[in-house]
Amino acid sequence: MLCMICQKKEARVHLTDVKGGKVKKVDLCEECAKAKGVDDPTGFALADLLLGLGAGEELASASPEGAELACPVCGLTQADFKKAGRLGCPTCYEAFAEGLANVLKTMHKGTRHIGKVPRGLKLGREVQERIQALQRSLEEAIAVENYEEAARLRDAIKQLKENPGAVVAG
Amino acid sequence: MNLLEFLSPATQAAQRTGPNDRIVMSSRVRLARNLVGFAFPGWAKKAERLRACELLRGAVVRQPEMRDAFTESLEALSALDKQVLVERHLISREHAAKGAGSAIVLSRDERLCVMINEEDHLRMQALLPGCQLKEAWQAIDQLDTGLEKDLEYAFSHTLGYLTACPTNLGTGIRVSAMLHLPALVLDEQVTQIIQAVNKLGLAVRGLYGEGTEALGNVFQVSNQMTLGESETEIVERLSKVVAQIIEHEENARARLLEKRPKMVFNHIGRAYGILANAHSVSSKEAINLLSLLRLGVDLGVLPDVRRSLVDELFILSQPAHLQLRHTEKLSAEDRDVLRADMLRAALRDVRRPLTPPPAPPLDKPPGA
Repeated sequence: MLCMICQKKEARVHLTDVKGGKVKKVDLCEECAKAKGVDDPTGFALADLLLGLGAGEELASASPEGAELACPVCGLTQADFKKAGRLGCPTCYEAFAEGLANVLKTMHKGTRHIGKVPRGLKLGREVQERIQALQRSLEEAIAVENYEEAARLRDAIKQLKENPGAVVAG
Repeated sequence: MNLLEFLSPATQAAQRTGPNDRIVMSSRVRLARNLVGFAFPGWAKKAERLRACELLRGAVVRQPEMRDAFTESLEALSALDKQVLVERHLISREHAAKGAGSAIVLSRDERLCVMINEEDHLRMQALLPGCQLKEAWQAIDQLDTGLEKDLEYAFSHTLGYLTACPTNLGTGIRVSAMLHLPALVLDEQVTQIIQAVNKLGLAVRGLYGEGTEALGNVFQVSNQMTLGESETEIVERLSKVVAQIIEHEENARARLLEKRPKMVFNHIGRAYGILANAHSVSSKEAINLLSLLRLGVDLGVLPDVRRSLVDELFILSQPAHLQLRHTEKLSAEDRDVLRADMLRAALRDVRRPLTPPPAPPLDKPPGA
């Protein structure tokens, strides 16, 4: 078995971590294990290692050869992320989405958020959906040349865009 | 007002009581939140951090829960102030290491504390005595809901609240209970319990959180996963696990008393002997011995001692709190001597543990 990091030397350090019923294995050669601090159990967290490893590989395969993937907003690169284990800004989640998907799968119970949503955004999403629905109706109305209905829908959309709270509340 | 005038004295802090506090010392729920349009604190340049800090601090102090709150920039706090906050579990050790561009807001009742520009823009926690995980979640949820009116959070409908570290992504919630488990340690069952808890995807940590050892038989149990499970589900899951650990600890206490009473009373008696008579005690030794004294109080063999006295000594034995009582800068050796003096004085009028101990224990909880 070859080392997961360098892919050259024989893996001699084998780590297993069981979390939430999911088993994760890491096989490393002695040198890579040392470089990752695996030989020092105090300063080592498997989750961090996995994060660095998994993310690095995924991100590397996602980016074109030679060019390193970087966040367009904050400039954080995959190497920065590997080093610190922290992202640079909210947009990093989009920039590194492909690589992060697998990392999140091993780390969490699911990959979609369940739970609290900020009230402003909850409203925002409802209004967006409502506007889209009205817009579809508007297009249909125009298609069948029902201009009276189209005008009504146009005004409703306009009102919704200007004052989203009132309509949703009512 | 400076921090030390603001904080309640240890005597008062130790008086706080909550359900099941003979085993659950405190319950905490913290939320991680970040702003749209700003880099996370660890990656932001100083000017950006300062700008974010000002915006955040303004919004936090405007919340009704923060009336008469204490707020200060981390650079304006002394190293001692910061250490005291860490020892009270109000800020993390990571936050204590921060300076300009980071701040703290602490509510008047000390139940709500917001760290600004720790790893995330906001790390807000509710810390309540005893087993009150649900109440802690409700308290911090309310503060968070107030804040979202003033701040635009970085949020994605698929990934939830976006955090600097992907391990906090989603709900950004960390629910934790601080448990005093002396009988499970004495009965050598605690490793098994920790492994079982780990298998459920929960983390077990020491007294001061991540990467710290379990001093004084105190363990923090918390959730690890934050994405794919709602806040209430996480709170409920943790509450169930905590209830089970409480039961195990109570059973271990009963079993030890029945099967190995001499071993238990030997530990408690020795702890009392050292604490009441020693002339030099390190903080680690003090905390470990006070844990046994606390067990003695729970088992009813120290009728002169209230649990709040032990908890107060627990606070006062920690290095920064000890330093507070003295104006001159203390060396570690000085502290050990003064700690022993303080402990001897506090236990001067306490009679030694009863033998034979009363049976059954005085305040055995219902259902145990």
